Amino acid sequence: MHELSIAMSILDVAEEHAEPYGGVRVEAIHIKLGPLAGVVKEALVSAYQLASEKTRFEHSRLVIEDVPIVVYCSKCQAERPANPVHWFCCAVCGTAASEVLHGRELELAALELEE
Amino acid sequence: MNTKPRIVEVRQKVLKHNDEVARALRQRFQNAGVFVVSLVSSPGAGKTAFLEKTLTWLMQRGLRPAALVGDLATNNDAARLARSQAPVKQITTGTLCHLEAAMIQQSLDEWNLDELDFLFIENVGNLVCPSSYDLGEDLRLVLLSVTEGEDKPLKYPTIFNTADVAVVTKIDLAAAVEFDWAATNANIQSVRPGMSVIQVSAKTSQGMEEWMAFLASASQSAARTSRG
Repeated sequence: MHELSIAMSILDVAEEHAEPYGGVRVEAIHIKLGPLAGVVKEALVSAYQLASEKTRFEHSRLVIEDVPIVVYCSKCQAERPANPVHWFCCAVCGTAASEVLHGRELELAALELEE
Repeated sequence: MNTKPRIVEVRQKVLKHNDEVARALRQRFQNAGVFVVSLVSSPGAGKTAFLEKTLTWLMQRGLRPAALVGDLATNNDAARLARSQAPVKQITTGTLCHLEAAMIQQSLDEWNLDELDFLFIENVGNLVCPSSYDLGEDLRLVLLSVTEGEDKPLKYPTIFNTADVAVVTKIDLAAAVEFDWAATNANIQSVRPGMSVIQVSAKTSQGMEEWMAFLASASQSAARTSRG
């Protein structure tokens, strides 16, 4: 359960980017999250609510965009989606892929400021 | 404040602060010529026994290892590791389930890195949270004991996928628990194709020679890369 640490890191980065706009309230934070980031979405949402209390982010929405796993398949010689069960295998031909191109993302994409 | 936009693009890693500290640490380790290995596993997989043996063997070979060990509470592990005569420091995380780069940075204060060849960082026993945090290590080692079940790599693919080498511990108990090596290795390879897997027993020292050879080769190739 490190989602509270993650939520606090999200708010730290968000604060840096909201600060130039003065005391404006933030309505939403958009993040990108891959299945390989090691973060449980539901736990993150609860932790975010807790961590944002009494800050300019209180009552803001945490909007999570899921990033699918994409691997480089050496057999297909192409970028391929990963198999939904065997995460590190090519969804097309099943070959185990050693290179993960997407899926580790834990990224703050954007802030939505109040009008 | 009329010029304020509705949407502010950020596009930044959430753990960028940790990543920055880790990057600085990695540079510091490289400059001092220290090869750094972090150890992750579930609680009770045998990290401390394996590390105690590793420290002892390295000391006997005239090398200079040290260890940082993370736990929620107690200094028990540090006390065990100190029997190897290597410098050891405990990091007590309180309620935190993983180590972060800043904790490593703070713990290095009293040590002169130039006097070390190897630094081992034993993470808190946990197969989930440590996967997200870069500690500036050269090598991430994941341990799995024969008593844990062959499908552990499939249940915790993220930590196995981010590791560089896997060590199967307590191999002296393999027969008693009907450990299936082929299935374990196949599961590891399916989440991290091509990963080296070493079977060891800290009790009987089986596999320790192989691990020492792996460590020597990994540290030499890191040194070659850094000399560029």
